Amino acid sequence: MGHSHVSDQPIDHQSLEPESGYATLARSGPDGCYTLELLVDGVHCGGCIQKIESRLAKANGIDRVRLNFSTRRLALNWHGDAANANDYVRMVERLGYTVHPYDASEEMTGTREEEKFLLLCMAVSGFAMGNIMLLSLALWTTTGDIMGHTTRDFFHWVSGLIALPTVIYAGRPFFRSAARALASGGTNMDVPISVALVLTSATSLYQTITHAEHAYFDSVVMLIFFLLIGRYLDLRARRSARSAATDLLNTLTGFAQVVENATARQVPIRDLTEGMMVRVAAGEKFPVDGTVVEGVSEIDTSLVTGETGPRGVAMGHNVYAGTLNLSASLTIRVARAAENSLLADIVRLMEKAGQGQARYVRLADRVARYYTPVVHILAGAGFLFWWGVMGVGWQPSLMIAVTILIITCPCALALAVPVVQVVATGRLMRRGVLVKSGDALERLAQVDTIILDKTGTLTRGHPVLLPGTDGQMLQLAASLAVHSRHPYAQAIRAGYQGDMLPVTEVTEQTGSGLEGRCNGSRIRLGSRMWCGNPNTPASDTLEIWLQIEEQQPVRFTFTDDLRPDAPAVITKLQAAGLQLLLVSGDNRRVVEAMANKAGIPVFHGEQTPPQKYALMSALRELGHKVLMVGDGLNDAPALAGADVSMAPGTAIDMAQNAADIVFMGEKLAPVYETLMVARRSQQLVRQNFVLTTIYNLIAIPVAMMGWVTPMIAAIAMSGSSLVVIGNAFRLRQKG
Amino acid sequence: MDILLYMIPLALLLGLMWLAAFIWSVKSGQYDDLDGDAHRILRDDDENPRSN
Repeated sequence: MGHSHVSDQPIDHQSLEPESGYATLARSGPDGCYTLELLVDGVHCGGCIQKIESRLAKANGIDRVRLNFSTRRLALNWHGDAANANDYVRMVERLGYTVHPYDASEEMTGTREEEKFLLLCMAVSGFAMGNIMLLSLALWTTTGDIMGHTTRDFFHWVSGLIALPTVIYAGRPFFRSAARALASGGTNMDVPISVALVLTSATSLYQTITHAEHAYFDSVVMLIFFLLIGRYLDLRARRSARSAATDLLNTLTGFAQVVENATARQVPIRDLTEGMMVRVAAGEKFPVDGTVVEGVSEIDTSLVTGETGPRGVAMGHNVYAGTLNLSASLTIRVARAAENSLLADIVRLMEKAGQGQARYVRLADRVARYYTPVVHILAGAGFLFWWGVMGVGWQPSLMIAVTILIITCPCALALAVPVVQVVATGRLMRRGVLVKSGDALERLAQVDTIILDKTGTLTRGHPVLLPGTDGQMLQLAASLAVHSRHPYAQAIRAGYQGDMLPVTEVTEQTGSGLEGRCNGSRIRLGSRMWCGNPNTPASDTLEIWLQIEEQQPVRFTFTDDLRPDAPAVITKLQAAGLQLLLVSGDNRRVVEAMANKAGIPVFHGEQTPPQKYALMSALRELGHKVLMVGDGLNDAPALAGADVSMAPGTAIDMAQNAADIVFMGEKLAPVYETLMVARRSQQLVRQNFVLTTIYNLIAIPVAMMGWVTPMIAAIAMSGSSLVVIGNAFRLRQKG
Repeated sequence: MDILLYMIPLALLLGLMWLAAFIWSVKSGQYDDLDGDAHRILRDDDENPRSN
């Protein structure tokens, strides 16, 4: 096998600069100004912000530069020439960061706007509550006879003046959601809330106009404020970490080098069409599916197939978008446009899977489904009883009905779930577990089946040298291996401690191995075909051979080892009553060996991504609640479609995005810990619902008797909310 | 108790000023990157104070 000469003809180097296409992405504004948003990889600390910002701030023409640390987005504003964009990108890349074009996805902007909106509503209602309470304290502690009826009415008017605009402004999240639910023929928690808000405001206004003793403006704004706290916490919990969402897709929405008539030019990946020739350098991802026409290299297909070892490719072999070209430059002929690639198919499968998951009804909503009619019936009954049976006037009767609506306390109900989730996710965060969606823990608590991926999930995801080769040969192999970045070479280097021998004249034969000269003799480290002994029987393990001159070659074997605590964690999970399955794209024998070692009774090998997805769906159809744990692109559809999913921090971005929970570190233990925290928090959520039910059993009769004054309603409301919050914090103590 | 006629609107006015300041801060993006701001405050140099 020869070297990989891609093209010997001269190439226009200017157009080869990978960042030369950014100018086309800059948006021009008025007065010759341009703006550009980029995604920067590798930003870890405050130093990175400073490095990038201060470097760019000094650059020519820059007006404004801002790096958002949470979303990794770099926003640039400059005047002058659009082509400056390329210089700016190059500056950032020279500092050692990877830059991708940024496509603002609709969903992301939507969530951020929603969060801002809730924050504003919360601020307005908080302001209103504080100011009305100031007046209400006076109203509660005395009577109209003492303070004077004019003063009391004045206080009521001021309260109303604050409360009514607040209801209109800050009540919108509830009104909108209630309107949506009613329009689609259903109901949710926001329907009784909206009814209570409107009715209470209207009656309070009426009471104020008619110089009545009580107005309930304080209850209205307190209700809004407490409910918005719950809403805001809920949204934040669900949003966190979704920022990385566009990462992988962005690496594939950049540019590809198209070779045409001996020159190369940058073409946006989405514009690639069948038959084009695309150059892919070593270390780059293939932008589209295609066939190799020139060059010999090795590719990492673990994203698509889950295979651990690199695969050699030469002319005529197929390659897939998203897989990584490891060792040498290749030219491929585009077989399918980007939107038809295997990767795009997987993305589509994931979207389909995600829609299936959206059908999950959260516990709070299920409670609301029963709560809404019960509360409305009770309030209606209260009104009819006092007005029809007892012959009281319609205003006091209506007031009693409204009191029932308020005091049944949707506050505690609205806080019952989000507070527990915030405490639980905070606790898990400190242990290196990131919970991305708010209801993930709720779904996790119900899981009875776990599907584990092999490579990178049950195992560490990189090869480890097996012991057994004699020390001197290992020293020689390691001395040669330091010259390569190949995963096997790195594993040999990691498996050897000691002095290196000087090796000269090192060359890397792509797809074969390394060759060099040590102490006068020629040594080779590489594949079985190249320098191994083809007569030794094949084994299940991954291997590499070392040969000195024409002597008998020596074999080094590797394994992709289990995470150290995997067997122990699996025993614990089984003890917790969970059924475990090992599913992998790797060959059957390897999977079987791994399953036996880890103690997993059920295993499936040679599974393609659609098969994994189908297996997961079949289990769900049988009524199982499935937790999928995986790290590769081949797991992504199953991750998105499972009841709940987890991915290790080493997983590819797409798997991390698809997963509900991401865990860090070398251990598998976080899977078990998260499951336990999920079960415990679910228990606390149930307790919270029980507490609010008990509270309602006491409060509703009192309200129906008409004994509740505004002060009692206010105290009861805050009291029940505090009890629920206090109960949630018990999650912090245990463990 | 006539003093109330001045004091209560005055208290409201102060509150409204705070509210207006808060709304401005949210709208001008000061709550967009709380993690980044935690790092920025430790920066020594003020060479680029108008970078926002």
